[in-house]
Amino acid sequence: MRNIIAIPLLALAVVLQSTIVSQFSLLAGYADLILVMLAAWALQKGVTTAFQWAFLASIMISTISHMPWVITLAGYLGVVLLAVLLQYRVWQAPLLAMFSVTFLGTLFAHLLSFLYLRVSGDPLPFGDSMGLITLPSLLLNLLISIPMYGLMRDLAGWVFPVREEA
Amino acid sequence: MKDLFSRSLQTTVIFLIVGGILALAFGGFFSPVSNRFTSGLVSVQYWFAIRYQAIQQFLSAPRDIITLRARNAELETQISQLQTQVIDLQQRVSQTEILSALVDFSRANPENSYEAASVIGRDPSPFLHYIIINRGSNDGILRGMPVVTNQGLVGRIDAVIADAARVQLITDPASTLNVHLKNANTDAVLLGSVTGDISLDMISQDATVQGGDLILTSGLGGGYPPDLIVGQIINVRKLDYELFQQATVQSAVDFTRLDIVLVITNFRAVDITPLMPTPSP
Repeated sequence: MRNIIAIPLLALAVVLQSTIVSQFSLLAGYADLILVMLAAWALQKGVTTAFQWAFLASIMISTISHMPWVITLAGYLGVVLLAVLLQYRVWQAPLLAMFSVTFLGTLFAHLLSFLYLRVSGDPLPFGDSMGLITLPSLLLNLLISIPMYGLMRDLAGWVFPVREEA
Repeated sequence: MKDLFSRSLQTTVIFLIVGGILALAFGGFFSPVSNRFTSGLVSVQYWFAIRYQAIQQFLSAPRDIITLRARNAELETQISQLQTQVIDLQQRVSQTEILSALVDFSRANPENSYEAASVIGRDPSPFLHYIIINRGSNDGILRGMPVVTNQGLVGRIDAVIADAARVQLITDPASTLNVHLKNANTDAVLLGSVTGDISLDMISQDATVQGGDLILTSGLGGGYPPDLIVGQIINVRKLDYELFQQATVQSAVDFTRLDIVLVITNFRAVDITPLMPTPSP
C-alpha cells in the first residue's frame, strides 16, 4: 500500500524538473531529476516496483513534454534495467553502482532522444548535442545522484521495511 | 563654680579654634591641604565605585544576556519578516514593470488582441525548447497562435489543454520561421538550434545584408502574422560558391528570463500543407 507514494512523489519530481531544475542549465544541458530518482530507486535493496515507477514517470513527463512518451519510457526502462543488472554485480559499492547507472543511463536516454529527433527531421549536430547537452547534463546528474541515493534509501526503508527474522 | 568656669572657657576656646580654622578655610588659606585631601578622597571613592560597578555588572550580567538574546531573536525575526516583505515587493515591482511594458506593447499594436500568460515551466528534455504557460483552451487559446513579449516574437502555441498550453520557442531546433529583412528588403528563413541560438538561412546572394539589420516576421506560410520583431543580424556569412547567404542572429527576446508572455488570440494559423506540391511519380 505504501507503494502509492510513487504517484505524489513522481508528480512532485516532474513539477520540480519543469519549473526549477530546467532553469539551472550548464551550457545547454540540465539535470534529469526523474532519471536519477529512478536509478536510485531501482538500486535499493528489496525494491520491486522500479519498472512501474518508470512507466508512471514516463506518462507524467509526456503530459508536459513534446518528446513522445515511448521515447521517454524506453529511456527510463533502460535506466531501471541497467540498475537491476548492476545491483547484483556492484552490490558492495552502492555509490559506485549509482554513479555507473547514472552515467550509462544518461548516455542511453540522451542517445534515444537524439536518434528520435534526428529521425523525425530535426537538424541536430551530434558534436553539439554531445558537447553542449549530454555531457553537461551528465555532470549535473552525477552531482545530484549522491543526495538522491540517500533520499531513496530512506524512502525504500519506509516502503519496504526489513522484517526481522524470529 | 570653678569647674563650671573652666568648662565654659574650654568650650569657648574650642569654638574659637574651630571658628578660626573655618575662617581660614573659607579664606582659602587651607586650599593646598584641602585639595590634596579631596583629591585623595575622590581617588579612593573612584576606586571603590569602579569595583562596585564591575561586581554589580558581573552579578546582573546573566539576566541582561538573556534579555538581550530574547531581544536579538525578536529583532532577527522582524528582520527576516521585513526581508520577506522586501523580496515580495521587489517581485511585485518586477511583475508590474513587465506587465506595464506588455500593456504599452498591446496599446502600440491595437490591431491584435492579447491574452497575458505566466510561464510556469519548461520542457523537461534539454533537446527541446518549449515552455509551458498557464492559459489554455478555457481562455480561448488555440494551437498555432503566436506568442510575443514587448521585446518581440517568442514562438507559437504547440499544444493546448484546458488551463495550460505548450509553446514552441523560435529557438527550438525544429522551428523554422519565414522572416523579412527590412533594410535589405528580402526574405529569409530563421532556424533554431540545440544550443538555443538562432540563425538565418536562405538569404539571397543578391541581397545586401549588414550587421544590425532588423528582422521581422514576413507572414509567409501563414504560421505567424507579419511585422513582428524577431531580432537583429549580428554577422553575415557570404560565400561565392554557396547558393544563399547565412547570418547569425541576436534574438530580441531574452529566452532565459521569460516570465510573462502575450498570446495573440485573434490570429489563426493557416495550414498550407495540403497546398504544397507533391512530387509526381
